This record gives sequence, structure tokens and C-alpha cells, in this order.
Amino acid sequence: MTHTSTSAPIATDGFVLHDEDRAAIAHEREHYPHPQAASIEALKIVQKRHGWVPDAAIEAIARELGVPPASIEGVATFYSLIFRQPVGRHVILLCDSSSCFLTDYEALRDAFFAHLGIGFGQTTPDDRFTLLPVCCLGACDRGPALMIGDDTYGPVTPEEIPTLLEGYA
Amino acid sequence: MATIHVDDRDYEVDGADNLLHACLSLGLDIPYFCWHPAMGSVGACRQCAVKQYKNADDTQGMLVMSCMAPVQDDAYISIEDDEAKAFRANVIEWLMINHPHDCPVCEEGGHCHLQDMTVMTGHDSRRYRFRKRTHQNQDLGPFIGHEMNRCITCYRCVRFYQDYAGGGDLGAFGAHDNVYFGRFQEGTLESPFSGNLTEVCPTGVFTDQTHSEHYTRKWDLQFAPSVCHQCAVGCNISPGERYGDIRRIENRYNGEVNHHFLCDRGRFGYGYVNREDRPRVPEWRERQRVDAGPGAAGVVGGTISLEIDDALDRAADGMRNARRVIGIGSPRASLESNHMLRTLVGDTNFSTGIAARELELLVRMNELNTRCGLPSPSLREIESCDAVFVLGEDLINSAARMALAIRQAVNAKGEALAAERGIPSWNAEAVKTLAQEAHHPFFLATPDATELDALAEQTYHAAPDDIARLGFAVAHYIDPEAPCPEALDDATTALASRIAEALMVAQRPLVVSGGSLGTPAVLEAAGNVARALARRTRPGALSLVRREANSTGLSLLGGQSLDWALECLTSGEADGVVILENDLYARADAGQVDTALQRADCIVTLDHQRTATWDKADIGLPAASFAESDGTLVSLEGRAQRFYQVFEPSYIRPETRIRESWRWLNALKVSVERQVMTPLTLDEVTRDMAMTYPALAPAGDAGLSAAYRVHGLRLAREPHRYSGRTAMRANLDVSELRAPQDPDTPFAFSMEGYAGHAEPRREVAFAWAPGWNSPQAWNKFQDEVGGHLRAGDPGVRLLGPLPGDYDYTRTLPARFAARDDQWLAVPQARLFGGDETSARAEPIQARMAETRFTMSRGTAERLRMSPGVPLTFNLGERRLTLPVAISDAWPDGVIGVPDQSGLSLVAPEWGHLEPQEVRA
Amino acid sequence: MSRILQDRDERRPETHPLTFRLNDDGTPVMLDAYREQQGYASVERAFSDLTSKTLIDELKTANLRGRGGGGFSAGLKWSLTMQGEGIPRGYIVCNADEMEPGTFKDRLLLEQQPHLLIEGMILAGFANNAYQGYIFMRGEYVDAARTVQRALEEARAAGWLGRDVAGSGWDFDIALHTGAGRYICGEETALINSLEGKRASPRAKPPFPGQSGAWGKPTVVNNVETLCNVPSVVLHGADWYQGLSQGKSGDGGTKLYGVSGKVKRPGLWELPMGTTGNELLERAGGMRDGHTLKTWLPGGGSTGFLLPEHLELALDFDTIGKAGSRLGTGLIAVVADDQNVVSLARNLEEFFSRESCGWCTPCRDGLPWSVKLLQALEAGEGERGDIDLLESLAVDLGPGRTFCAHAPGAAMPLASAIHYFRDEFERGVTRGQGAAHADPIPVGSV
Ligand SMILES: Cc1cc2nc3c(=O)[nH]c(=O)nc-3n(C[C@H](O)[C@H](O)[C@H](O)COP(=O)(O)O)c2cc1C
Ligand code: SF4
Ligand code: FES
Repeated sequence: MTHTSTSAPIATDGFVLHDEDRAAIAHEREHYPHPQAASIEALKIVQKRHGWVPDAAIEAIARELGVPPASIEGVATFYSLIFRQPVGRHVILLCDSSSCFLTDYEALRDAFFAHLGIGFGQTTPDDRFTLLPVCCLGACDRGPALMIGDDTYGPVTPEEIPTLLEGYA
Repeated sequence: MATIHVDDRDYEVDGADNLLHACLSLGLDIPYFCWHPAMGSVGACRQCAVKQYKNADDTQGMLVMSCMAPVQDDAYISIEDDEAKAFRANVIEWLMINHPHDCPVCEEGGHCHLQDMTVMTGHDSRRYRFRKRTHQNQDLGPFIGHEMNRCITCYRCVRFYQDYAGGGDLGAFGAHDNVYFGRFQEGTLESPFSGNLTEVCPTGVFTDQTHSEHYTRKWDLQFAPSVCHQCAVGCNISPGERYGDIRRIENRYNGEVNHHFLCDRGRFGYGYVNREDRPRVPEWRERQRVDAGPGAAGVVGGTISLEIDDALDRAADGMRNARRVIGIGSPRASLESNHMLRTLVGDTNFSTGIAARELELLVRMNELNTRCGLPSPSLREIESCDAVFVLGEDLINSAARMALAIRQAVNAKGEALAAERGIPSWNAEAVKTLAQEAHHPFFLATPDATELDALAEQTYHAAPDDIARLGFAVAHYIDPEAPCPEALDDATTALASRIAEALMVAQRPLVVSGGSLGTPAVLEAAGNVARALARRTRPGALSLVRREANSTGLSLLGGQSLDWALECLTSGEADGVVILENDLYARADAGQVDTALQRADCIVTLDHQRTATWDKADIGLPAASFAESDGTLVSLEGRAQRFYQVFEPSYIRPETRIRESWRWLNALKVSVERQVMTPLTLDEVTRDMAMTYPALAPAGDAGLSAAYRVHGLRLAREPHRYSGRTAMRANLDVSELRAPQDPDTPFAFSMEGYAGHAEPRREVAFAWAPGWNSPQAWNKFQDEVGGHLRAGDPGVRLLGPLPGDYDYTRTLPARFAARDDQWLAVPQARLFGGDETSARAEPIQARMAETRFTMSRGTAERLRMSPGVPLTFNLGERRLTLPVAISDAWPDGVIGVPDQSGLSLVAPEWGHLEPQEVRA
Repeated sequence: MSRILQDRDERRPETHPLTFRLNDDGTPVMLDAYREQQGYASVERAFSDLTSKTLIDELKTANLRGRGGGGFSAGLKWSLTMQGEGIPRGYIVCNADEMEPGTFKDRLLLEQQPHLLIEGMILAGFANNAYQGYIFMRGEYVDAARTVQRALEEARAAGWLGRDVAGSGWDFDIALHTGAGRYICGEETALINSLEGKRASPRAKPPFPGQSGAWGKPTVVNNVETLCNVPSVVLHGADWYQGLSQGKSGDGGTKLYGVSGKVKRPGLWELPMGTTGNELLERAGGMRDGHTLKTWLPGGGSTGFLLPEHLELALDFDTIGKAGSRLGTGLIAVVADDQNVVSLARNLEEFFSRESCGWCTPCRDGLPWSVKLLQALEAGEGERGDIDLLESLAVDLGPGRTFCAHAPGAAMPLASAIHYFRDEFERGVTRGQGAAHADPIPVGSV
């Protein structure tokens, strides 16, 4: 997760939108009266394939939708689930909101830090996991809750972390 | 109108305004950031809070953001309320949390809206004790410096850049307290209006980089009201000088013309004034005749510097010895200077210095502006037009500031729609939301695609004659009496009737054309459209684009063409010539100029630039640039405007002998006639000029006479905090020199004099009011914020429709036919590099795109050309090699030749391509 | 998978319009099963018996109040949507962006009963003359998105969506739009910006979305639960709906209530509007062993803290409002006695500060300051004046002073935490007031 637009340009020469992604973006466009509305979805489509959104993809999407790159970047850097830096193979989203906080989120967070050896916004050296905080996951009845990729878990105790992560190579 | 009660006093205000607008217009102070008079309200900064009460009995009240609160009749509000004051101070405190407090090293310091507002709210001590957030900055190109840490996140920059000026490469990134304004990737800001960011930004994030390179605080700069000399629009500027150099150009508010904004050519193109190589003393060039035939240089030998009297004597001798002396004037010099030249050489010996084909168009434009029944609009009037038809002008390149005005006109559809739903026009985001992509009808006919195309309902890209034919057809569909071109195709017919329809249903249709394509038929077509509208009793306007700062003025003053002048010299009819601020090589074929100059026995040149023409002169007299002189220009609107001398060049550089051209010419006249020199003032020259040319009579009143005083005081050129005046010459002379005296204007080269806002005055050197040091101080000079100057906006109009019934032009061009072995060269205006003087300024040079020939894809295919490959084009004797650019819009058979690229093309001409050996 | 903790027997059509169809095992109720249990009957009724106006009147009488947290009357909102000659047909937007801390009710409806929402949206479309609906769902609700997408396809295939809905001659379709994070997208005008593919900064009101919303057209934004209430109102009428709250509240209907925090059985229940906190806590099995209740949030992170004695109040908009808090989403979060309130406030303000859109000054720059002050107090490094400063911030982040309701939402728990637990804050003050300064940025860390 990055909010800086000034990070050093990362070499992404030769980036081309995958045909399937172009088709998916084109499909999304049809839902809306204006192509710009598909920009968030387009970013997500690209991110699904590459794990994150490189600079060149911003330009590619801008061209695809006929919107200036600055607008796409404005959107990409606004939303927390669009990653403008490389992330690990699996992104762990740890709910840090109040109900989880009330059900011992901080202990779970510290256990993750210790287990993975990284803090929020960081990726393990083997590129396996990136750890990020996330807004209330709507799983407050099962706090503390988290997501790994598309899967939601809760309540999770510090002891369960190793087994939980086993399934994510 | 509505009555509002502010802190127990009653005021009459415009009921359509918001409270902030209304209160500022009353002269009351409310701090604000995100609101801007030209961009409306968005309610983001929360700085403008005031207390609003339900009625006279309500003592509780409620905080409202005055920029978002509509004026209601009988509203009770308080600016002074304690709660409101405390909140406003807190807002500043939050804005300052991450601000670096680097005023001492910040270029905004001293004309900073953030500083002013901080002082106004009384926030003076910091309670925040934690770490500040920091950003990295970007290199945004040669014009704009970037220091994001100073940002207070008011969103004005993006709103100006994207919404107002239509730029796409500056955006807002990030969220929460990490919002970043910049480019997606580092690089030059693309908008030709980027310079306005320096004034729109209320703090020092976007600063004028040309100023940084020789920085001086605003209060240490000397200013004068001036007029931009870089194109014909006539924007008002406030140049600031220190140590004999122009340090920056700020916008000078003129409610009818540029109001808050300038284009980048005007703002950053001043560097030629400061060029090291400028002639500063008279020069005499010894020459030996070399009869090497046409084209060979006529001058060899050394150059000698002269004192003024010596220079005048030698020039006068040369002129007296000549059989006939002609004068070549200049559309970049003032009316006064041109008039003095004309007086010197006599009416029959005066040339305007403008190429014949261009001059013809200029004269015709003046006729059309008076004989079509439609007035020539100011930019402000353009902004209120509700249908626009542009014929042949790529406005971003030929009159950039007008393009910005047209953008506002076309976008104003949103406000019209909003009004229908009861949404006030100042509620900017709401208007934008409702408007979506709605525009007033806008049609563009140009050879190439232009930056305004995106706003257009339909564009028409064609050869000049076809553009004219479209125009004629539009006129015909408005009024069947107007002739219709023969053999129109269906698509053009349909387009023409659609345009006619749109113009006819509009309340205020606008027709724009001009001389950029050098095609009389295009102008005639615009004229017919205007006449047709006028006959159908549609109100409307006709705006005709001229090229240079005084093109209009010179064509009204009158005189022969440059071609005539060159011919006179070449044929030997005349053997002496005085050339005023004009590089003939930029206007005519080099060979032709060489021959003409070679034949002349006496060449006297006056200029502030060392041009190719200067280098050919026997005597060169160092002329003042706009910054060192006063005079009158007539803009394309027909508005005569006075520019005032900013500084006296000899004060800091005693060795300089720079004089206003009109002073030189007067001295020359006195010398030639062996009269005794008596002092001459600008007022006398202006008066004489106004009396001599009936068309220019009102121009005599364009400026303030030297006798003008406010409370018996002259007007100050320097802010009252101006420092170092007594020390700045100490390295030259320890005794303090008397400040230069100005016999020509009411302005003093001093901080002594009137600089206030209470007494209305049209000519304001720099905007300042107590507590208002930034450009926002203009509020204090206006009848209502964003309106007109209280004393009236500067300038007088010379062109207006004369009553009468005008017939249509009935000579229509045939359809353009491409030729097999020839190509039609068409001039292409260009913003950066397309104007003789600013092209000599460094930052502009850095922004100049490579010059290229433009051709259609079809033509390129036929010629087997690809982009970037060099091509040599021959126009008679003239020959130019440039790389090729391919445009999908261009018509086949036509080749675009950028202005000032070396072919001195002023009108379409058929030419040949030189066979190339290698083609990619 | 949120859980409804009521058995099927308790959940009857007459009393539990939102949940009576739910399967005990939490599997989604898809079209066939849904149709069998009165599914889409309200649409049929609307087409045959109602006009836009009569439907809206019914809704107004039923007094269905917005379940997104604001409690604004849905009928009133719909009656303000611009309709008529020259006004283009607009949009129905379902707010399924559920991110309010402590709220997990919309997830249940989306994951398990998507057709109820679609049915509600069709009615909204009909009443508001819309031609297109969008379900704006937060990106993390992956399962819900899949289920809703399937349901949309089913509905389209069965003729409930698309051209000529159910033979009525009226067109209406719904598309699913998923978000990419950011709590502020739940604010209805920010949501519209986000839907348009823009930065989710809110828009100024007026004009309200009903006048000029998505793409400048009339737009109605309603919460999932609000829309899910509409079919039963249309089918059974306003009086029936009013009766559902059994006189426990002036408001009609039932509410999906929930409890999170250290209770024995956290979860969700559909109960009459106006059910008390005590009853709810009882259903949740009371506090976990070894814990007692210190304080609670009645309906999400943006509501004010209440004390145990407030548990006897009816959980409805007006009653909780009078007690100085807000009902919000009606899902209560309980705080156990061992919880430091300063830390909890810090956690909440961190949330709001991070989720600020960055548009207006108090929220963008004031909230991070509050976080830093709370962190200092939490660490015992508070200075004299810090608490006053927090209190003044809480005032300045209040309604009318910021651009949208996000910051006021942040101010409420902060102000109430200081109000009820000032001593805990005071314990963090260990220093006198220091000189004004900002921590220097260490060389090399920029
Ligand atoms: C910061 C903020 C976040 C919000 N988040 C949500 C949300 O996630 N879901 C929701 O339904 N309403 C949310 N709302 C309320 C909406 O703005 C809006 O009032 C609601 O969607 C209207 O629907 P209703 O009238 O059906 O409740 C939020 C409001 C604010 C100020
Ligand atoms: S209160 Fe202001 S900054 Fe905060 S979310 Fe709303 S508009 Fe954005
Ligand atoms: S607070 Fe974590 S899931 Fe709600």
C-alpha cells in the first residue's frame, strides 16, 4: 500500500495489458455511462494479474479508458486496496478496527510481526507475505479477524498463526 | 439585491452571491483559501467560517462556511463572533501543522496568501509538538518550481489546472493527511497556463522558476502597470524589476481582458529584456561595399561604440545625404514610436514593417470589425458567449489566453443547466457534477487538430479554402441571401446547417477567425457569418486574431507594407532607411532583405535586440524594451492600452544609453533638421499621434497623463517596504544619486507616492492593501471580487460596429484541389517560439518543440515519409529542411510550416519538395 | 459468514421480514427457494396496484428510517428525488460498503439473501423512476460479491431485471460495483464519486443526490438493510410494518441488531425496533467470564460511548440520540472493564484519521493531531493542556464545521470518552506545557 506518487520510477518497460484484461476492462465499461467509472475495476483487474499496479499499467489503463494518467493515479493512490508497490504472493489484511481491538487485536498483530519478522506495509524477504492493516472487515462477531487473499478468518489467536499460514505457499 | 446584517451593520448585496463573495466585495475581510473568484466555492479548507443567525433574536447562531452559504435576504451574520474567530484561527493552526515554516527561504514570502491569512486570523503560536509529514518534490520543467511540503491542500492547483484550464497532467494523489499535488511522473507541466499555478497556489508550492534564478522579494521589486508584448491579446501584466533586470511577471488584473490569468508565453517570455547581448550603447558599423551579387552580405568590418550625440550626428548625416529615406515601423513597437518614425520620414515614406499579405489581412480585419454589425468582444465578453464558431485559428497557439476564455464560454453550459435546477453558479463541484460533459455548442474549423477539439461539438479539419467554404455555407444557412459555395459535399452541408442552427438559437453567438492562416477567404467567410447573424438581428460578437502586440494599432495607423519598403530600396528609389524594432529577416525572405539592405546607403536601426537586421545597420540605436519605456498598444480586441516604464536602465547601469524609440526618433528628427533639442514628453507624442490618425483618436486617452495625481501624490512604483534603494548603487558611487525622474508618467521610481486601494485608479503598478500582500489583494481594487476595477478597467476601445447595412462578400473560393507535384504550404502558429521576442528568452527556448513540417498520413504515404525524417521544401527561392510530423487531421496536399521556422511564410503558398535520396 | 443467532422457528414471516427465509446453516437463499417464500411478490403487487407516488406514501407512513446509520426517512428521501418532464431517469445505489467499525449486518444479507436486496432495489427503481441500479460493495466482501452476482444473473434470467421487468413494460437493471477500500466510500456522496471512478471525496449538499447524483442524474442511495425492508412494507402495508416494533419504538419495523466485543455469544438478531441494550446483551450471553461491562458503543465507531446504565434504553434513533449518542448501525460493541479507554479512543481516532479523504482541513489535519495527542497520553507523555486541546478538537470536528459527517463521527466517541472517563485521560498527563516546537526530523530520514 503506498500513498506516495513520488516513489522512484520502477522499470516496467514493455508493459502491455493482457488481452483478457483488456476484454475484462471493456466489459466493465459497459456498466457505466462514462469510461472513467471503470478505472477502479481496471486497476483491480491489472492487480489481480500482476499482484500490484506498476507505473506503466497506470498509463496503459489511462489510454484504454481515455482518461489522463494523473486521474488514474489519483484514484490508484487514494484507495487502500490498490497497491502501487510490489507485494508478496499473499496479502494479509489484518483488521485493526474497534471490535477486533476489543478482542485482543494488538496481541495478534504483535504475533504476526514476530512470526513474519515484518511490520505493516512490509513484505517478507521470500516475497510470500505482505502485511497490511484493514478497516473493520464486518466480521466483528468473530474478532480478531483477518483476510489472506480472498479468505476471511476469525477469531484468530496468536497460536494459530503458523497453521493458518501453512495453506499459503 | 438583498440586505444582509453583518456584525450589526446593514449592507446591500447581490442575492445571487455566496456570503464570502458578498462580504469580500463589501471590503470586509474574511480569510479563505480554497475559494477563488474565478473558480467558485468547494468548501474544502473551512477557513471562511462565519456565524449565521436564524434571525435578529437568535443569539446562538451556527458556524457556516461563508463560501458555501448563499446570500439570503435579511440574513444576520457575524464575522467578529468569538467562536467563529477561534475556529478560523484553529483552521490555520491545522494547516500549519505540516507546513515547514520556511518563510525566510520561501519564494512566496512577502506575497503569500497563507502568510496574510495567518496574520489575519491571529494564529501566532504553535501548539503542535509532533513530527511533520514530508514529501518529495518533482522537477516540473523550466517554468514551475515545486515544494510540496508547503502545501496546505486547498486543491486550488488541480481545480485550476484541470477544471479551469483543461490540463490533464497535474493531479491530486494519496489520501488523508498525505495528499500530494503533482504530475503522475516527474516532467514538464504540459499546460500552456501552468504559470498561473504560481498565483493560484496560496503558498509557495508552485513558484516561478524563472524568478528563482534571480530571486527578489516582492517588496523589493519595482513595478509598473504594463501590457504583455508577446501576442495580440493584450493581457495586462505587472513586471517586477531589481538591479536593472526584470525578475518576474505577475498578472495584472483587468476585468475585461485577462482578469486573473496569463498564458506561459506572456508570463515567462520576458527573458529577452535581460539578455546580456542586448545593445546598450549606439553602434556604428564601418562597411565596405562588397558587390558579390544578391544574397551576399553587404557589411564587413568592425563595430564601434558611440556616444549619443555622435551617433545622432552620424545618423543625421547619413539621412541627409540620402536621396530618399524611408522608415520601416513595427507591430511590436508602440504607437508612439511608430508615429515618431512616420513623422521623421514623412507619410509617404513610412512602411508598417508588415509583410504585404499580412497587412492586407490586418486592414481587412479592421474593416470587418467595424462593418459587420457585430462588436469585437473583450475576453470577459467571450466568456459569456453561448455558441462559438472558430474559423482557421488554432487559438492555443495563436492567442492562448483567448483559448482559455473560450473554454470558459463553452463550459458555462454547466452553469446554465445548474441554474435550471436552482444550483448557484458558484457551487463549483455541484455545477461540474450536473454538467458532466455538457458544453455550449462549439465548432472548430482548422487544418490540424487543436487542443480545444476535445470541447468541440464537431471539428472540421481541412485546407484553408475549404475552411472558408464551410464558413460561407454557414452564413448562407443563417441568411439565404448570403452566397453559398458551389459543389458542397453532403457532410459539409450538414455541418454548416448544424452550425448555423446553433449560432441562431444562441443568445450570444461568437465568431472567431483571424490571420494565422494568411487566407483572406477565411476572414471573408467569418465576415459573412457575422453579417448574417447581425442581419438576423442576433446579438453576438466577432473576434479576429492578429499576430503581434500592436498589429491592430499599426494597421490603424497606416502605412505601406514591408514588401513595398524592400522594393523601394532594391530598386534604388530610396537609399536610406530607418528601421524601428523590427527584424526584417523574421518577416521576409533573407535574400530579398539582403539585397534591399545592401543597396541602401544609410541604414539606421533602433532595437532592443541584437537581431540579424541590427547587424546590418550602419548605425544602431539601443532602444528601450517594453520594460524601459512607455507607450500605447492596440490589442486584437481593438483595445488601446498604455504600458508604463518599469525602471530606468541607466540608474543601475550608468554606461547604458538605452532610450525609448520615440525619444531616439525625435532626437534624430531634431538632428536631421538641425533644430535645437527641446525636451519632449510622452504626453505630447501621444496627443500628436491621436490627433494625426482619426482612427486612433481615442487611444490618446488610453493611459494616465503625466500630470495625474492622487491627493497630490505621484503613484509609487515600489512597495513601501522597498529596501536598499540608497545602497544599491553604492558600488558605483558612494554619494546617493537622486532617484530617476519620470517626465512621462505619473509614476515615481520610488516607494514615495500613492500605492493604496481606497482611491479608485485604473493603473495599478502592484496590488497591495494592508494585510493583503499576495495577488489576492486585487480584491481590494475591484467593484466586486472578480469583477471590474473600481475605476474602470484599463484601455479604450477603438473598434466598434458602425451602423449600416453591409453586403456580403460574393467571391467564394473553389474547393481545394491537391496537386500532383506541388504542395500548399500553410503557416502554423505556435505558442512557444512563434513570437520574435519571447523566442529569445531562455525558459521559452527550453519549452520550444522542435519545428517540423506537418502533413497528413495520406501525403506521408504518398511521399513515403515517416515521422522525424528530414524533408526539404522549396518556395521559390526559399528553402527549408525540417523533420516531418504526421497528423491524422491534416488535409491531403497541404504542408504545415511553423511560424518563425525560417521560411517567413505569412500566407499559403504552393511549393515543391526537393527530391530526397534516402527515405525511410 | 455472519451468523444469525436465532433459530428458524423464531424467525417467522409475520415477525422477521428480513431473516425468516435464512437457512440455519448460513447457505444463501437463491431464487427458487426465495420465490417459494413470497419472493418478488412485492414487485408484482407494486406493478399491479401501486404508482410511484402511492408506493412512496406507503413507505413514508411505515416510517422506515435509514439503516445506514443516519436514520433518515426512506420515504421522505424518495419523495425528494427529482422526477418528471425534462428530468432524466437516474440511479438507485445500494450502499453495501459496510466498514463502520463494529458493523457486520449487511454482510449477512448480502451473503445469504441477495434476492431480498434485489427486490428492494427494483421497488426503489420503480418508485424513483430510475433505470439502473448499482450495488456498491466493499472489495473485501468476496463471497458476498460472488453470491450477489449469481443472484443478479438469476434475476435477469427470470425477467426480474433487464428490459420490460416482469412484463411491466418498464426497464431496470442492476450492476455490481466493488470497491477498493476506504471507509469514506460509505458516505453517500463520496460513494457516488467512487462509483464514477473518482477519488472518494464527498460532494457538497445541497444539491442532494436526489437532485443531482451519479453523473448528474437523480440518484437514491440507501443502505442494504434499508432496501431489504422495502419489500415487506410494500407487500403487507405500512400499518403491519409499524406494528412490527411492538410499540417498543416510535419507529416501525425490525432491526438487525448485533453484539461484538468480549461477550459469550457475539452475533446478530432480527428484533423489533426499540429493543433494549439489556435484552441484546442477554441474547449475547452476557460478558465473557471474568469481565464486566465498562462502557459500550451503540452502533459503530462513529457513535458516542454510553454507560452500563444506558443499556435499559430502547435502541432506536431518537432514544439513543437523546442520551447523547447515536443509534448508528445498531450493532453494539461492548467494552470490558480491563480496557483502557484512552487506548480505545486512540484506536478509533487512528481509524478515522487514516480513513479521512483529505478534502477538508479539520478532518485531514486535525484528526492526525488528535491521534498523536492520544498516543502521548496513552504512553504517559501527555502535557498539560492536551486534554483541553482534544476537547476543542472534538468540538471543531463537529457537524457543520467539516465538509461531511466523517469527522463528526470521529468526534463523537472522542468527546464522550473524555466526558465519561476523564480521569483515565488525566492519568496520561505527566508533563507541564512545553514550548511550542515540532519534533525535528532526524537527518537522513526524509
Ligand atoms: C463516513 C461515513 C461512512 C458511511 N458508511 C456507510 C456505510 O458503509 N454503509 C451505509 O449504508 N451507510 C454509510 N454511511 C451513511 C451514508 O452516507 C448514507 O447516509 C446511507 O447510505 C443512506 O442510506 P440509508 O438512508 O438507507 O441509511 C456513512 C456515512 C458516513 C458519513
Ligand atoms: S470530514 Fe472532510 S476530510 Fe473528512 S472525510 Fe469528510 S470531507 Fe473528507
Ligand atoms: S472491528 Fe474487526 S471485524 Fe469489525
